[in-house]
Amino acid sequence: MTDIKRRSLLAGMAALPVAACSEIANTGPAGDLFDAVEDWHRAAHRTLAGRQALAREYAPEDRSPDIRGNGSLTVDSDYYRSQFAQGFSDWRLEVRGLVENPLTLSLDDLRELPQRTQVTRHDCVEGWSAIAEWTGPQLSGLLDAARLREEARFIVFRCADTLNGRAYYESVDMVDAYHPQTIVAHQLNGEPIPEKNGAPLRMRIERQLGYKHAKYLTAIEAVASFDDIHGGKGGYWEDVGDYQWYAGI
Amino acid sequence: MRRHKLTTRVWHWLNAIALVVLFMSGLNISNAHRHLYWGDYGFDPGDAWLSVIRFPAWATIPQRYDLAEARDWHNLSAWVFALALLLWWVASLANRHFRSDIAVERREWSPKAWIGVIKAYVTRSKEESDSYNALQKIAYAVVLGVLLPLMIFTGLSISPGFEPAAPWLVDLLGGRQSARSLHFVSAWAIFGFFVIHIAMVLVSGPVRQIGAMITGGKRGETNP
Repeated sequence: MTDIKRRSLLAGMAALPVAACSEIANTGPAGDLFDAVEDWHRAAHRTLAGRQALAREYAPEDRSPDIRGNGSLTVDSDYYRSQFAQGFSDWRLEVRGLVENPLTLSLDDLRELPQRTQVTRHDCVEGWSAIAEWTGPQLSGLLDAARLREEARFIVFRCADTLNGRAYYESVDMVDAYHPQTIVAHQLNGEPIPEKNGAPLRMRIERQLGYKHAKYLTAIEAVASFDDIHGGKGGYWEDVGDYQWYAGI
Repeated sequence: MRRHKLTTRVWHWLNAIALVVLFMSGLNISNAHRHLYWGDYGFDPGDAWLSVIRFPAWATIPQRYDLAEARDWHNLSAWVFALALLLWWVASLANRHFRSDIAVERREWSPKAWIGVIKAYVTRSKEESDSYNALQKIAYAVVLGVLLPLMIFTGLSISPGFEPAAPWLVDLLGGRQSARSLHFVSAWAIFGFFVIHIAMVLVSGPVRQIGAMITGGKRGETNP
């Protein structure tokens, strides 16, 4: 991790208007309208609050007694079970795709980076909320170290878990990727993340709903489009159930 | 002189459609987690102050449990509803619709006046009138001035993407889960208004009343 060079955030941002229009496969007039509405909400949120505005951070005593596990509650593989038993000593996080300098990081590598700790509220699309303290390096630091290429428009999060036989994954645009509170969390309330909450690594995307916060993270991938990734809509729930790719509402 | 201005009529029907879609898609969304909490967080049904029924498919949009599609309809109609209400308020303050027809006068804030209105309804001795009576004004003022705006503010407060724009709003409402509870309660209060509103239209000549809200009607007819 000595090769950290600052990369211009602006270069990534410049591509955004194009990205917003091409992000989703459309399905008829109603689908087009719903997609447009989703874009208006996102534009309104970012205009009213600012792109880098922080989600609320709470005091430690405001935390809820637990943070409910939802979706995948474990990874059903022998490798995962053996890694879990030994504290994920061989777990690796790849930073790959449209980057000049691909990275392969151990948990120790991630712990040695500058850390951000935040007590934030987790809002599920179902309606419930839980508050917890999350710790980990900012995604922006990892992306800068890997040096994004010009054509990178989205960051895809690859996960070890499967739901209903399909690999879980998620994605965000560069605004949320470079948001200060977007971290690769390895701690929940000061302890390693429990199994049900995504051990050993999960994303925190604090201005969006819970299904964006990919768990059991194995790779961070810079891409130009979602066309060749699973169902092409940028995430597991987006593919399977037509959920909104922008989940800020 | 028409009873209902064009702006009022256009708003009325646009708003009616938006509210029906919002309410029915909202019931679908409620089915995803049927428990309501106070405060910032809440996820354990054991902590809920209210757990509601699973709303039947015939009452929801779409007509089956589909959280993603219900959210699409809800988020689309929310734009129509919020912008239309904003424009209604701007127009109604500018053209004095609010002040002359809806604002409740001091003398109307008395139980005696309300009893008089109810008596007139019961004995059917209500006179033909262009203006709303005290109870009508209060009902319209509460819906337009409190409940409908509250739907917008509580809805915005539930959105994690919007929250950083006005964290004070979420505080004012008592936290995200409180805002979600108020969103639900307010929606049912509006439904209550809707039921009474329809009943009033039905007993006071539905064809003429609905016609008036489409064509504008004529002055000198009783308002629902």
